[in-house]
Amino acid sequence: MYSEKVMEHFMNPRNVGEITDADGVGTEGNPVCGDIMRIYIKVDESDRITDVKFKTFGCGAAIATSDMVCEMVIGKTIDEALQITNAAVAEALEGLPPNKMHCSNLAADALHKAIANFKERQTKQA
Amino acid sequence: MKRIYLDHAATTPVRPEVLTEMLPYFSENFGNPSSIYAFGRENRSAIDRARDLIASQLGCAAREIVFTGSGSEADNLAIKGFALANKHKGNHIITSAVEHHAVLDTVKYLDKLGFEITLLPVDHYGMVSPDELAQALRPETILVSIMYANNEVGTVNPIPELAKVCREAGVCFHTDAVQAGGVLDLNVSELGVDMLTLSAHKFYGPKGVGLLYVRKGIKLDSLIHGGGQERGRRAGTENIAGIVGMAKALELANQERLEINERITALREQLIIGLRDRIPEIRLNGHPTERLPNNVNISIRYIEGESLLLNLDLKGIAASSGSACTSGSLEASHVLLAMGIPHEIAHGSLRLTLGRETTEEEINYLLEVLPPIVEKLRAMSPLYSPS
Repeated sequence: MYSEKVMEHFMNPRNVGEITDADGVGTEGNPVCGDIMRIYIKVDESDRITDVKFKTFGCGAAIATSDMVCEMVIGKTIDEALQITNAAVAEALEGLPPNKMHCSNLAADALHKAIANFKERQTKQA
Repeated sequence: MKRIYLDHAATTPVRPEVLTEMLPYFSENFGNPSSIYAFGRENRSAIDRARDLIASQLGCAAREIVFTGSGSEADNLAIKGFALANKHKGNHIITSAVEHHAVLDTVKYLDKLGFEITLLPVDHYGMVSPDELAQALRPETILVSIMYANNEVGTVNPIPELAKVCREAGVCFHTDAVQAGGVLDLNVSELGVDMLTLSAHKFYGPKGVGLLYVRKGIKLDSLIHGGGQERGRRAGTENIAGIVGMAKALELANQERLEINERITALREQLIIGLRDRIPEIRLNGHPTERLPNNVNISIRYIEGESLLLNLDLKGIAASSGSACTSGSLEASHVLLAMGIPHEIAHGSLRLTLGRETTEEEINYLLEVLPPIVEKLRAMSPLYSPS
């Protein structure tokens, strides 16, 4: 039911982990639907994302999309990162089964929350 | 790669002895049982013999058995057929919150037609209480349907007690015995049930055939109208091979069930102990003793069921889960939730159902393969913090 690409990112995710001194952290999903994704980002002075990690509780699609969004965002500026949509993540994984498009495809939302958290921290510092 | 099948609650393979009985009825003995010439008459006799055999297994009369196309159809016939034929007597139907969807979705449909439905709660083992059933009965209650054994957690309900409550109140009692078929006692008078559903493919018979036992005197509307087969209660040319196969499968299962139950129960306990020894923070779902011999259902905290199943599949192991992704809805298993298990723990459930051919080696292989998978998934989980 999953594409080879999804299975590859699910079985061998490259970006699992936490960043203890992250500049932004975002969590999306809830236990009721069975998906919780948390994304950690590290951002340099020129607003470029230099490191990104995830932790996810969820199905194959949830883990694969989390890993994929990390791949897509590394090295991008936060403005570029905000352009990444859930649909783009699914596309980069060569598609998801229709029933997964809605519930398990929230990785970009988690990323956007991490960026919002980063901006919030900046405002507080300023 | 080794392939290990631990999902016998989903379906079982057809036994060779059963297949042998079935084979002549595809090409050789193909006659329509309703035809008056020899081709037909011989197949009518084959169905009669199968019906007699099944009746002897259930301790009922042959005419009390209606063959159907599945367990789901038998549940539908029992509930819709009874409700429609008896609506002049009342409009209230009672069932439990943990039934199979073949029952739950059927009563939901009747709710739309104006029937009133009560879903009885269950205790934290998934069991229905006879006292609660007694309290839920109303003068307008016409039918109660409570499953014999639960398909997800394996909990066995006290059917004789539940049936007694209904009998004393003069209310018809149906049980979905699909998971109990070939495993538990199916004698309908000892159980005291008025209707009982079975499905052949759960006890090493073929798919596409089931039956409903209907106690003499109970009126049912047919759901499928046409040729008048099954004494007018289920039209359609009979699935002769399926019916013959189901009868053989039930006969074999009942001959061997006590011996096999003992062996599988021992293996099940070995599996439960092995899991508890090797994986921290798991819980057994369902009743510790009043459960099907072959059912192990555990919740593994901090991880989700589908990702567990995918990993097991890559190791050649077939199992099942009550997570949203695998329950076919957006919610975790309605059974686990009704038992009061929190959502995130319900999503992490794993059902392993053993079969008559399951070996100790297979159990040991699972016990070897599962802990590293759990560790890997927990390491990815934001809910988990290793202490």
